[in-house]
Amino acid sequence: MKTCLVVDDSKVIRKVARHILETLDFTVEEAEDGREALSRCEVNMPDVVLLDWNMPVMGGMEFLRTLRQGDHENQPKVVFCTTENDAAHIRAAIDAGADEYVMKPFDRETLESKLQIVGVA
Amino acid sequence: MELSDGAARILSALLESRTGQQLSVSRRWRIETALQSLMRERKLPSLDHLTAYLASGREPGLADAVVEALLNNETFFYRDRPAFELLLGPALSRLREKREGEKLLRIWSAGCSTGQEAYSLAMHFAEQKLRWQGWTIELIGTDVSRSAIEKARTGLYTQFEVQRGLAVMQMIRCFEECPGATWRISPDLQRAVNFQVHSLVEPPPHPGRFDIILCRNVLLYFPADMRRRVFDRLAQASHEDSILMLGAGETVIGQTSHFISDSENRGLYIRAPRPQAMRAAS
Repeated sequence: MKTCLVVDDSKVIRKVARHILETLDFTVEEAEDGREALSRCEVNMPDVVLLDWNMPVMGGMEFLRTLRQGDHENQPKVVFCTTENDAAHIRAAIDAGADEYVMKPFDRETLESKLQIVGVA
Repeated sequence: MELSDGAARILSALLESRTGQQLSVSRRWRIETALQSLMRERKLPSLDHLTAYLASGREPGLADAVVEALLNNETFFYRDRPAFELLLGPALSRLREKREGEKLLRIWSAGCSTGQEAYSLAMHFAEQKLRWQGWTIELIGTDVSRSAIEKARTGLYTQFEVQRGLAVMQMIRCFEECPGATWRISPDLQRAVNFQVHSLVEPPPHPGRFDIILCRNVLLYFPADMRRRVFDRLAQASHEDSILMLGAGETVIGQTSHFISDSENRGLYIRAPRPQAMRAAS
């Protein structure tokens, strides 16, 4: 079973994502911000991270840059999941090392197809 | 709001007469939701009032609007990605070898709704431009819903729609961001698909024969006898080596003798071999 770390400061979004991911046979872990997410990755690197952009303490971009500077052998796929929905933000995320991008709001089909595209579903 | 038997009968008969599709019991739960805005606009408090108003004939365009609202236009880009990978990988390569002489491929997305599957194919060919240099790729998308076809022709999708099934870099390459959180398909891709209003129970659209036919998540709405007729139409529209792609939950088994499972590409279908005598006669 693959693991997905959902990083979002919204409890509702984490709950919705968890529900969809569990129906797709993922084990789900949650973090409220980038720093908590990095701590979780140190303990147990997930197969994929579903990552919000704007969060308190540490935002999604800072988390992603820090993550990508780390161990290159064990990098998870990173799928941004955010309300920053313009082409400039999308390009910036991809340049920083994101593998895919989900614009909120999203549904099961969107998330499933993005996970298929990055090769974890 | 409860759907009375009378209202169900009238709506069912209307949909079937216009499209051949059936309003089965399993599909009835969404009728009220589908027709809610039509009822609200006309201040009609119930489906019974709507059907009575429909029967009165006071609003000539209402029947069309009801049918449009009842049709399920759910679709997305590369829907069932593994099946698309099969189609655009080994199945298309096999077909390419067979058509190497004429270098012409005709593809029909039958029941294309708002066009995402037809555009998925257009994107694939555009991204493999070199491989298909010198080839003519004709893409036709048809649907019985006029509003769906009009939307497909605009190539304009909401933010929610554009990302469903599409890799983000493909979206950035193929779509332009527009005001109001919408995305417009590139003019080249828009031109690559010819969209037409067409019912599956009618003879196939021009030119009549296609190398690949996608008819996905449509046949499930037809009653068994109508489904057989549609399969007859699809057989009429295909060559002996054409490929048929159905929806993930659909099959030809027990539905038609014209198509069989493609043993090389499970999930796709090919024409059933015809008896020698019939082949000689045709």
